[in-house]
Amino acid sequence: MNKGFMRVIFTVLIGLWSVTLLSDTEGVFDQYREMLGDDNPAIFVIFDGEEIWYAPAGPKSVSLEQCDLGLGPGVVEGAYAQLPRYFPDVDRVQDVEARLEYCMTQLQGLTTEEVRGKPYSLRGDLGTELEALVAWIADQSSGLAIAPGQAHAKERATYALGENLFYYRAGPHDFSCATCHEQTGRRIRLQALPNLTTHPGAAEAYSSWPAYRISQGIVRTMGWRMRDCMRQQRMPELIMGSQASVALQTYLAVNGAGASMAAPGLKR
Amino acid sequence: MMMKTIMQFLAFIIFSSAVCADEVYDVLLESMTDKNFVTVERLKQDELQAFCSQPRSASADEARAAELRAAALSDVPIPSDQNYLGDWQRGEKVASNGRGLQYSDDPEQENGGNCYACHQLDPAEVAYGNLGPSLSGYGARGQSIAMLQYTWTKLWNTHAYNICSHMPRFGAAGILTEQQLRDVMAFLFDPQSPVNRTQP
Repeated sequence: MNKGFMRVIFTVLIGLWSVTLLSDTEGVFDQYREMLGDDNPAIFVIFDGEEIWYAPAGPKSVSLEQCDLGLGPGVVEGAYAQLPRYFPDVDRVQDVEARLEYCMTQLQGLTTEEVRGKPYSLRGDLGTELEALVAWIADQSSGLAIAPGQAHAKERATYALGENLFYYRAGPHDFSCATCHEQTGRRIRLQALPNLTTHPGAAEAYSSWPAYRISQGIVRTMGWRMRDCMRQQRMPELIMGSQASVALQTYLAVNGAGASMAAPGLKR
Repeated sequence: MMMKTIMQFLAFIIFSSAVCADEVYDVLLESMTDKNFVTVERLKQDELQAFCSQPRSASADEARAAELRAAALSDVPIPSDQNYLGDWQRGEKVASNGRGLQYSDDPEQENGGNCYACHQLDPAEVAYGNLGPSLSGYGARGQSIAMLQYTWTKLWNTHAYNICSHMPRFGAAGILTEQQLRDVMAFLFDPQSPVNRTQP
């Protein structure tokens, strides 16, 4: 069976479906999720991600098979659930995106600019390699407990930094992450807002990213979610794998620790 | 081995001490890039933003809060002609419009107030948020000068009454123009405005 063709058909169907739903509310997305059952269109992206992982690429024409996501070179199963974590080889805490950037530059010989150039899809795109890789890597931790590293001093410092970033108000609207995400039972327009300062809220949010965005027809990563929240806060553009991106994700992962990963999730 | 443990302990002490605001700013500056018309200049905090960025667990400095509240209040320009009320129909558009000042927005278009993101206004509109209180029926509070001044001030700089409120400073930060604010005022107060229609 031609996977690419099937994926196009699927995307078109989903696209048509979501266009008819755009004016509607979360309830219809629930119906749609129910209709899909255990099927998630992200499966096609996951397949792609696995292929990309094993395919030779970059100036050095090597695959990512020797990439160490924290559990040893080439060990992908269970790795996502333990990120972000401290990596002695870079003496820094990294999330999956920062780590992939490291592997792509170190192993494959790509430049940082090449990796960071366009990590996330724009609306209408069919997906980036980074999104596919992250979808596959996260899927390899599905059902496992969120267990980010907090044993190393730099891991704890990253959590503290993340908390401070979470409350940092700036820009013309004085917004911070906390503006929308430090209270329980709130919503913006009709969109429910998780309280990310609590375990249930952070667990619900963190465990479901990366996610297939029905309305956009692509898989979005947690790094993208951070960037888009910053855009909505009227901030400049958050760089993938940057210290702020990693620290914010650490804050969420630690607050949600213990819950089971359920990514790639399915979102409106 | 012993040495390593001691070093790790020292590192822990250093890193676990309070992260200061300057460090957070430096991290943000390195983690973000200019995009379209939005520059990293926006990452710099003013006094009020810095004061209101404490995690919930932090203890409040009441004296400093009073100082900032007074400063906010003293900076609110009250319309000299006491003309607070514009056109409620235009105000309704401002309240519904969520665009403005994001790097994905067109800077040539006028900014919206996005009031519905957080407040209930017209009771017939179901897509309202609840980060702020419901303002349906606001006009029932009457149009006394005190009420008009209070509401104008709240829109201009919310911190004059409620320090560290989540609401943007629509006037003081230049998000909305004076005319747009007068129109939003009319949307809130005008008896003809849907905000003040009888609840079903």
